[in-house]
Amino acid sequence: MATARRASDGNRAVYIVDGCRTPFLKARSGPGPFRPSDLAVLGAQPLLARQPFAASELDEVVLGCIGPTPDEVNIGRVVALRIGCGDTVPAWTVQRNCASGMQAIDSGARSILLGRANLVLAGGTEAMSHAPILWGPDMVRWLGQWMSARSISARAKALASLRPSFLKPVIAILRGLTDPVCGLSMGQTAEVLAHRFGITREQMDSYAVRSHLRLVDAQSSGRLHEITGIVDAKGVAYGHDDGVRPDSAVDKLAKLRPVFDREFGHVTAGNSAQITDGASWVLLAGEQAVKDHDLPVLGRLVDTQWAGLDPRQMGLGPVHAAAPLLRRRRLALNKIDCWEINEAFAAQVLACLEAFKDTGYCKTELGLGRALGEIDEDCLNVDGGAVALGHPVGTSGARIVLHLLHVLHERKAKRGIAAICIGGGQGGAMLLERV
Amino acid sequence: MNAKEQAAIERQFWQLRRDEDNIAWLAIDCPDQSTNTLSAGVLRELSEILDELVRAQPRGLVIGSNKASGFIVGADIREFKDFKDPSETTKMIGSVHAMFSRIEKFSFPTVARIHGFCLGGGLELALACRYRVALDDRKTRLGLPEILLGLHPGFGGTVRSVGQVGVLSAMDLMLTGRSVDARRAKKMGLIDRAVPERHLDRAVRMLITKQPPTAKLNAIKKFANAGISRPLVAWELRRQVAKRAPEQHYPAPYGLIKLWTEHGGDRNTMFRAEAESISQLFVSPTSRNLQRMFFLQERLKSMGRVAGAPVRHVHVVGAGTMGGDIAAWCAMRGMRVTLQDRELKYIAPAIKRALKTYKSRIKDRYHRLAVEDRLNIDLDGSGIAHADVIIEAIVENLDAKRGLFQEIEKRAKPDALIATNTSSIPLDDIAAGMDNGSRLVGVHFFNPVAKMQLIEIIGSPNTDVLQLERAARFAVQIDRQPLPVNSSPGFLINRILSPYLQEAMTMVDDGISASAIDDVACEFGMPVGPIELADTVGLDICLSVGEVLSEKLGRGKVPEILRTLVGQGRLGRKNRHGFYLYKGKRVIRPKRSEPELPLRDIRDRMILRLLNTSVACLREGVVADADLVDVGMVFGTGFAPFRGGPIHYARERGVADIRTRLEGLAKQYGDRFAPDPGWNDLLS
Repeated sequence: MATARRASDGNRAVYIVDGCRTPFLKARSGPGPFRPSDLAVLGAQPLLARQPFAASELDEVVLGCIGPTPDEVNIGRVVALRIGCGDTVPAWTVQRNCASGMQAIDSGARSILLGRANLVLAGGTEAMSHAPILWGPDMVRWLGQWMSARSISARAKALASLRPSFLKPVIAILRGLTDPVCGLSMGQTAEVLAHRFGITREQMDSYAVRSHLRLVDAQSSGRLHEITGIVDAKGVAYGHDDGVRPDSAVDKLAKLRPVFDREFGHVTAGNSAQITDGASWVLLAGEQAVKDHDLPVLGRLVDTQWAGLDPRQMGLGPVHAAAPLLRRRRLALNKIDCWEINEAFAAQVLACLEAFKDTGYCKTELGLGRALGEIDEDCLNVDGGAVALGHPVGTSGARIVLHLLHVLHERKAKRGIAAICIGGGQGGAMLLERV
Repeated sequence: MNAKEQAAIERQFWQLRRDEDNIAWLAIDCPDQSTNTLSAGVLRELSEILDELVRAQPRGLVIGSNKASGFIVGADIREFKDFKDPSETTKMIGSVHAMFSRIEKFSFPTVARIHGFCLGGGLELALACRYRVALDDRKTRLGLPEILLGLHPGFGGTVRSVGQVGVLSAMDLMLTGRSVDARRAKKMGLIDRAVPERHLDRAVRMLITKQPPTAKLNAIKKFANAGISRPLVAWELRRQVAKRAPEQHYPAPYGLIKLWTEHGGDRNTMFRAEAESISQLFVSPTSRNLQRMFFLQERLKSMGRVAGAPVRHVHVVGAGTMGGDIAAWCAMRGMRVTLQDRELKYIAPAIKRALKTYKSRIKDRYHRLAVEDRLNIDLDGSGIAHADVIIEAIVENLDAKRGLFQEIEKRAKPDALIATNTSSIPLDDIAAGMDNGSRLVGVHFFNPVAKMQLIEIIGSPNTDVLQLERAARFAVQIDRQPLPVNSSPGFLINRILSPYLQEAMTMVDDGISASAIDDVACEFGMPVGPIELADTVGLDICLSVGEVLSEKLGRGKVPEILRTLVGQGRLGRKNRHGFYLYKGKRVIRPKRSEPELPLRDIRDRMILRLLNTSVACLREGVVADADLVDVGMVFGTGFAPFRGGPIHYARERGVADIRTRLEGLAKQYGDRFAPDPGWNDLLS
């Protein structure tokens, strides 16, 4: 292993040398063909195969995931072992809700900056189609009673106390997408933002259409190099993000009914991120590792910022994270060439754009002297976003970082920010530079 | 084990020591052998030890092995050739029976402590103990494989296995020769405990100190062995066996069933009958030929037992049937595999097939997941740079192959083995495009890869000998037998097989029923008939191999019917329509009509063309000697193994006779039957 051994061996910079992701597979009926660890393994294998070093030379593997299956405790370690890192490479799992994949990159970068590691594999994985259906505490209590009942009479007594209401299932994914503190569903937080910034249904729907069409264009012109094809046990090949709708149109989306605020809301399945399975990785390296293995550099991870805000307005997280990042790096908004803001909801991205340019918001909520400015929509999510390709929650943060680097190369641009809103009222932003 | 154990007494094969609890630990360790066998010497020494144990009366006896490879793999096959006189053999077997009965009747408990291979005579010895404990790991295998040598168990195994696990499980072990792991053995009642290494000695001690009651057969198993049910069970067993092995060629399974049917009710007479039956089998031609095959197989394996680093990473280019299956097999044998093809859609079917195979063959889900994870899709060919072995299995197109090898040569590690799985293009033609053509070897696998045990290792005079050795070592590492073959059209197997298949097709062309032809071949002892085999190989492949051969060697034309069928898109089993129709795994053969040609002529037309080509290959030096032709054809094509291979069969039948017969056939059917000059060498 190349682990730095002296305390003074800290790295001054963190580079992203390569990255790879699986296609994002829309959850259809029932669990998809891959578990979270399967996706992570299939995404990492080709990435590692093309490196000049062996998997066992990694110093650490960090994986973001919110809903691993019960067989995937510390899924980061499960995946590290499955991809052939061997016994000696430590691995862990991080969870910062929708930003878990970005957290994994941040955690890996910190290890490198601290001099604890030189080569880190970091990413996110999620198979939302595998989200379990659970029993509530009443049923769990009853089961405990049943298991400990030895005699026939004790069993009869236990049986008699079983109530049909105990059997009511708890659908984990619905609980997961509901704020545990304020009680609003994620979709309702988007409704709150839409109301605050006066975003119309039509604006949301046309944003959603644009996301689909941009992804279609990126797919047809072969810009999504970061995707590696995967095959399931039935021999079905998955080569691209399959949630995309090339026939997406505003008049079609207008027909959909709101799903969160059913009677008066605007947020529909059509203008929200899809429920999706997928995994995404980046390979982080310090200067020494870049030199030692003569690694090509995709870009530099300059800085990261996390921020907290009102859980009811969690969708504005990107604004709250990007603002201090820009200030710390002394960068005006227009110095950022490209943006990836994760599209949890069309309304939420549009609200972020409004907040950036709203003097009142920037003054009162961010404590700035004036508005940050306007983001040119031609520089934002240029190849579509989660509305079109889905939002596997643990994965998206890692995906937008990887894709932003590819966009910077495609456009020969210098600087970009990948930002994500986080359920529970947080935001994360990463500043990246092409070198 | 305990520190205060008594000093071991030095012996040649066995070590006996007594621990502080007065338990005797007897361990076998045959010197200068990688595995333990029950040779005459081992048995003699064991007999002396038994005398000593009777005097010493320990608290219990543990029989184990000090060898890492395992317990005991069986009797010493090298001694079988001495068993010429059945009555002498019966006597010798009788003395082993007596010895094992002594162990069985010891007043103190006896435990077999089993790890690794516990086969044949080894399992029979273990069955003579009161208890058996086996190490529960991936290496432990228990079985009675005598049938594979045309024999059945002879050290009381036929009696004790039936008594231990019931007739159905016992016959399954003895009639198929398959081995089981420790868990399966425990489930079927063959052993008392299957435990991990950390509990092995504890389990042994517990059985000796507690002496729990031994497992008894349940009512159903007892009933199956009762006098009134035996004939019915035997009828069913015979019916099962007849599907795989006809009685006239394979006497052993029928002898075994008869033995049990007649004597299953009386242990003592069954022991005697076992000894008599196996003594006869030892001298049967079938067993002699199968024993010879066993040794030839060992010879092939020894060619791959050369020193060198094991292969860890295999890169396969071309995910068709062969490439995909080679990749899947290597991953199962513990290697990391990168599988390359132009597009994902070409790899997908290979992955599907592999995962299906793993699901059916690997029961342990953790092990299966590890194997699945070792098989990686690699569209960019990234694996080339890391692989220890690179195997090309793309379309049979010289330019495509040359281009590919130029690229591979640039990207591969300098010490990587570079190999082609071509079946028809001469090695030198492909190597000509490379900077260092001496690196290229042929590794010719057979379809289906998971079943066919042979790999032809092809070299030309220009090939680096070291690379050929490494290819052979790789073959052994993936549990296959390397056959060294000189590069020449069709190599050995296809060259010999092709005229045999073609003659069968020509007969179909002549109006003889395909089913009748296949039946004749099966009666001769082939595992499948030539017509069905051609369908399985693929008629397009048969055609291309046939064309290459007739172009290069000029003997025998490709039958018209083959061209016609391929022209109609009937490619065989792969698209469900060849000479026959295929529905799932079923073959739909047309009703057999009685052929106008005598069956003997049908047989000789196919088989003699095969023999004639075999002799030609031998004369041309395609392989080094006649034994290699024999073992190659048996393991590469399934040529009737009990006949000992084509050259051996020709010698048994009479070289002069065959040549005369060939001359006759040549007059009747044409030059393709003209006897090869090589027959003269066989005559002298």
